[in-house]
Amino acid sequence: MKQLIQDIFVAVSLVFGFTSLVLLIADAPVLDAFKNIWLGSFASTMKFSQVLTVWVPLVLCSCGLLFTFRANLWNIGIEGQIIMGAIGGMAVLRMPGLENPALILSLSFVAAILGGGAWGLLAGLLKTRGGVHEIFGGLGLNFVAQGFILWLIFGPWKRPGIASMSGTELLPLKLWLSSPPGWRVAYAGLAIAITALILTWLFLYKSKLGLKLKAIGKNPRAAVLYDISPEGYYLLSIIIGGAFAGMAGFMQITAVYHRLIPAISSGYGYLALLLVMLAGYRIVPIPFLALFFAGLNVGSIQLPIVLQVDSTLSGVIQGCCVLSALFVLGMRQRRKQS
Amino acid sequence: MHKFFTGLAVVVAAVAFVLSPVQSHASTDTFTFGLLMVGPSNDHGWSQAHFEAGKEIEKNIPGSKMIYIDKVNPADRPGVTVPFLVDDLVGKGATLIIANSDDMKDGIREAAMLHPDIKFLHISGDDAKKQDSPSNLANLMGKMEYGQMMAGFAAAMTSKTGKIGYLGPLINDETKRLAASCFLGARYAWTEVLKKDPAKLSFKVSWIGFWFNIPGVTSDPTQVVKNFFDAGADVVISGIDTTEALIVANQRKKEGSDVAAIPYDFLGACETAPDACLGVPYFNWVPGYTHFISAAIDNKWNKEWLWLGPDWKDMNNMMSSSIGFQNGKALSADNAKALAAFSTGLGDGTVDLFSGPLNYQDKTVFLKAGEKATDEQIWNLPQLLEGMKGASK
Repeated sequence: MKQLIQDIFVAVSLVFGFTSLVLLIADAPVLDAFKNIWLGSFASTMKFSQVLTVWVPLVLCSCGLLFTFRANLWNIGIEGQIIMGAIGGMAVLRMPGLENPALILSLSFVAAILGGGAWGLLAGLLKTRGGVHEIFGGLGLNFVAQGFILWLIFGPWKRPGIASMSGTELLPLKLWLSSPPGWRVAYAGLAIAITALILTWLFLYKSKLGLKLKAIGKNPRAAVLYDISPEGYYLLSIIIGGAFAGMAGFMQITAVYHRLIPAISSGYGYLALLLVMLAGYRIVPIPFLALFFAGLNVGSIQLPIVLQVDSTLSGVIQGCCVLSALFVLGMRQRRKQS
Repeated sequence: MHKFFTGLAVVVAAVAFVLSPVQSHASTDTFTFGLLMVGPSNDHGWSQAHFEAGKEIEKNIPGSKMIYIDKVNPADRPGVTVPFLVDDLVGKGATLIIANSDDMKDGIREAAMLHPDIKFLHISGDDAKKQDSPSNLANLMGKMEYGQMMAGFAAAMTSKTGKIGYLGPLINDETKRLAASCFLGARYAWTEVLKKDPAKLSFKVSWIGFWFNIPGVTSDPTQVVKNFFDAGADVVISGIDTTEALIVANQRKKEGSDVAAIPYDFLGACETAPDACLGVPYFNWVPGYTHFISAAIDNKWNKEWLWLGPDWKDMNNMMSSSIGFQNGKALSADNAKALAAFSTGLGDGTVDLFSGPLNYQDKTVFLKAGEKATDEQIWNLPQLLEGMKGASK
């Protein structure tokens, strides 16, 4: 326990130390910067609810990544899976003839899961059938998905008379996921994220599926001796990962932007990769770390507003967190070895 | 261990005290307005023009204070939406919010509904013309059509090849009417002043997809401008918020090509490369901002749609003219004189370029002979005009 506290202390000191250094170089008041990030994310229920709108997709993507990391797969293609989920969801929302909002939203949710899952399957097939490493396959598919969404927004789904990256026509109000009064986060988003956390925990830690994925992740050759087909489980894990990413895409179009925009993923897929690494590939720290990262994302807007410091500093802090965590994990491993 | 935890608790308590929420309310005699800018506040273009107008307002209206955030677009600030930022600015005491981009139309409408007690000024939209739009949402725009006519005029007077490139942002009513204005100015110079064959004037529009370059999303404006010059154009007019056209023209000029460019929307835009700059049509937001901010302070706010034109007595008067044209170093003295005469003609009405006969790009009739376009027709121009090359939708 004492060791763990020491490790956390080292990691936190590194983060604050390095970030303070960057702030000093940028000629910004260090304490004020941290204070404003805090105030900008947790000082009121309104702010907190804004943080939760970022927390929801981050948690969903992280849950998906836990499945793929468990099978020792690097699902870099998660960004494309979010995009394809959003496109799938939007395709249903644009369908003429459907009247009942609850039905349309439910179908859209399913389509988003299918869109993300199918894109994950494609990355999986590239790996299992084509021998393309999932990192390269995923990256390639991210580019394809980005190209596809741009084509839709500038082409068949563009606003009447307007071709702009500002996105498709705004969804009608009835198709926006509703939020509690005075809040900015959708009920459904919170419910879906919490359910995703519970299901991920159940599957990964309490089911045979989780055990098999772990076996494959640790040693795919040995897993074969126990009649576990690595290829099948690779595909399954990346489909599940894609499905969770697709849900995040659904949340982005129905609860945040209310339309399809080129940057619909908001980079949450890549951010979730950092987050899951920082969590040591375990589920328990995920909701807390997601809250921290979401808070940084939202709170860092204060830097340009109040201090006229560029908010990209939050990216520096996030990067520092991950590097510090990796450094501490490395130290721990060296201690064990020695 | 016990000591450690006691120490930790003290540190946590101290940090919590330092970071405890302090609501930053403006004092009662301060009028705080928030400015949301789509691009960087130092872009030498659209956003900087707004930023500097806000600074000017702080000087001119005692007690006024601007808080702002720039780069408000999903590529630069992923996951951050206009309503979120409005919540923030309102929390910091802003009672009037200015959103400076057409791209923020949806967000600002939503924010206006969420904050009925706050005043909203959307630049370049026209919600205020609609009955069912929120009463706290007004619109402001400058009649840049005149500035673009002058840009087109200067370009055609200077061009030796008769090939003019127009670097367009995205396609909407605003950009179509601005590109068309530019074309009309160029055609007037080519046919009425230089007395040249209209068939030998080429005016090509290339749209990049947004108001500035977003790598991987928009077309690269630098490459588009290079393509214009490679295809024989010797003047490129920019309709985007940043200065790529001018920078490329300057490079080509240094390499020995006789080319020039006209940047867009910020008074100081020519400073980037004065030797290649024919001039710049620019917005001056001070008169419009003064109108709406004064109205909000004096409780005389109305849901208005203002489309403010130049002060023809002095187009470059920063207190009275909402658009202006600053001649550049590359504009010859003769052409400057012709441009001044053209400007006088626009001001006294002897030159009216939106008058018939004019056809749309698809050759259908826009204005019959003798017919003059109304503001409404110009504002909602559905497509480019006959004689222009480039996409209308």
